Amino acid sequence: MVAGAQQNGQVIRLEEVRKTYQMGTEQVHALADVSTVFGSGEFWAIMGPSGSGKSTMLNILGCLDRITSGRYILEGQDVSTLNDDALSEMRLRHLGFVFQSFNLLAQLTVRRNIELPLYYLGWEAHRSAARAIELAERVGLGDRLNHTPTELSGGQMQRVAIARALANDPRILLADEPTGNLDTATGIQILELLKELNAQGKTIIMVTHDPKIAQWAPKRLHMLDGHIERIEED
Amino acid sequence: MQQVRILRNIMLGVENLLLHKLRSFLTTLGVVFGVGSVVAMLSVGEGASKEALDQIRKVGSNNIILHSIKSVEEVGQSTTRSHMSVYGLTYDDAMRITEALEHVKQVVPAKVVRKDARLGERVEELRVVGTTPAWFDLVQRDVIAGRVLLPDDVRNLAGVVVLTEYGARRLLATENTIGQTLRVGSEYFEIVGIVRSEEGMAGNIQMPDERTDAYIPIEVARERFGDINTRRSAGSFEREMVELHQMIVEVDDMENVEVTATGIQAMLKRFHKKEDYRMSVPLALLRQAEATKRTFNIVLGSIACISLLVGGIGIMNIMLASVTERTREIGIRRAIGAKQRQIISQFLIETVVLSTLGGLIGIGVGLLIPWIITQIAGMPTIVTLKSVVLSVGISIAIGVVFGLYPAVRAAQVDPIVALRHE
Ligand SMILES: Nc1ncnc2c1ncn2[C@@H]1O[C@H](COP(=O)(O)OP(=O)(O)OP(=O)(O)O)[C@@H](O)[C@H]1O
Ligand SMILES: [Mg+2]
Repeated sequence: MVAGAQQNGQVIRLEEVRKTYQMGTEQVHALADVSTVFGSGEFWAIMGPSGSGKSTMLNILGCLDRITSGRYILEGQDVSTLNDDALSEMRLRHLGFVFQSFNLLAQLTVRRNIELPLYYLGWEAHRSAARAIELAERVGLGDRLNHTPTELSGGQMQRVAIARALANDPRILLADEPTGNLDTATGIQILELLKELNAQGKTIIMVTHDPKIAQWAPKRLHMLDGHIERIEED
Repeated sequence: MQQVRILRNIMLGVENLLLHKLRSFLTTLGVVFGVGSVVAMLSVGEGASKEALDQIRKVGSNNIILHSIKSVEEVGQSTTRSHMSVYGLTYDDAMRITEALEHVKQVVPAKVVRKDARLGERVEELRVVGTTPAWFDLVQRDVIAGRVLLPDDVRNLAGVVVLTEYGARRLLATENTIGQTLRVGSEYFEIVGIVRSEEGMAGNIQMPDERTDAYIPIEVARERFGDINTRRSAGSFEREMVELHQMIVEVDDMENVEVTATGIQAMLKRFHKKEDYRMSVPLALLRQAEATKRTFNIVLGSIACISLLVGGIGIMNIMLASVTERTREIGIRRAIGAKQRQIISQFLIETVVLSTLGGLIGIGVGLLIPWIITQIAGMPTIVTLKSVVLSVGISIAIGVVFGLYPAVRAAQVDPIVALRHE
């Protein structure tokens, strides 16, 4: 499978990746020798039943978790052996996260939430403020900059989360059930936004268990018991 | 650039603390009272020791003061009718001390006799002190009018007198009285000057001067009043012969005061059969005052340390609770790319801001308490810059020490677990 993928434009490459959890005497293989490639500018849905390893896969792709064995190459760099600081740096520079439960900081305004990655990137205040305003407008929330998340609807919160994920201008967006807490209509708006971002060149990997939502992604990876069961492409 | 960043981090910390104003305030209370008590304690100690120091300085820390006293047996015997008691320091003592002890700069002898003095219509009992001009070097008091005794007065056996301000006032003497004649007992003296005086005790030391002193050259006192003093009481005569009532020994350097005191003690013991003198060493009292201050500081310091410890533990407790409460926030920040040390510094900045703020308020409290003590108890207090700087330092240190553990705990939270945290 690795051999079949085009060498050019690979942003993510997993080689025999294994993630094992020790549960007492038993070993749980959340990922069992997964090898695959995600190309630049692609839009993927990762599907599968509960416990099949979708979130584990996304956490590893997102440098939040470490693999037990194998190799993980992100943006041409082997990240399997990196230390905590270096992994943080990878997240900061190359990745954007969108979560099911939005994960905004409730006490901060929309603007401050969007500025968060820029703060860790060390941007100057006025520059990151300008960037936050630009991004808020891009997701249609230019008039909500000084609101706190509690004053927003679910859809609006997810837009803020997307704006925040875009702040560091990453090539890759990782989304774990981004529409899971939204009603159908609002979910569709978010999916449209993701599709638009994909059209602008972002690589998007989205975890979902809903086939209807997965249909928005041109490429779909089905997981089962820590294996890749099959790959679908439109 | 680096400063701007630190400033921004501090501002973000302050912003965060302002979200929980009451909690932040309560958290700092321990530090407020801890620092307040440190500042107050140091100011009371400082005030007390400065007062002691000032008093001792009035006597002179380089001086050793000797007084003649009636020894115990003498007091018993003096009831016999025509008995004359002979006791006290002698002219020979003065000479021996001047000559035999190497660190003695000079010895100022004083011969004291109480006499009625008359100026015009006014009569007042004065303590007539026969002494040398050097008295005024060692007992430094302001000269209000005229002059003090001069070497010429001694050489010429001049019948001149220097009054104290208080005595002068009692006799209705003013600046204009300089040059007039004062009758002391049956002798006549020309008033040449008026000086200020101190009276009473400095620490445990009797001041060398009194309010109603009248200073005359010692040779004149000896010639006109003699060494024998007769006092009439309840029909019986009390006669005593005392050469010198008092002696101030000036030592060349503070370091040599103790050894000289020992030397004088040994010498007097050799030449006096009875202990008819008393020695006071202001420096020894100064040392004692300093030792007391140290003890005082240690006791109050430990109490203050305990309250600071309690304050620090309070901060740590709240910060640990805050870390748990903010686990999800930590997870979010980590997912976005915050490094562990950035999480540490975020939490550490918050505790340091809290404890420093507590320290600053505490300094306010620490200024207020001594003020109240001074108002109510009349105790002198001095807040030194040193104690303020020390307190700020301590409060920052408390923030770092007690904030470090919660901050490290925060940084070690697993981001995946933290993101799932409710
Ligand atoms: N921290 C952990 N410790 C032990 N086992 C774990 C841990 N995290 C995940 N697992 C196990 O790994 C397997 C894959 O879990 P994962 O969360 O990736 O599934 P999922 O596909 O995301 O499921 P869902 O659709 O329910 O979110 C499961 O069997 C799970 O029990
Ligand atoms: Mg999952």
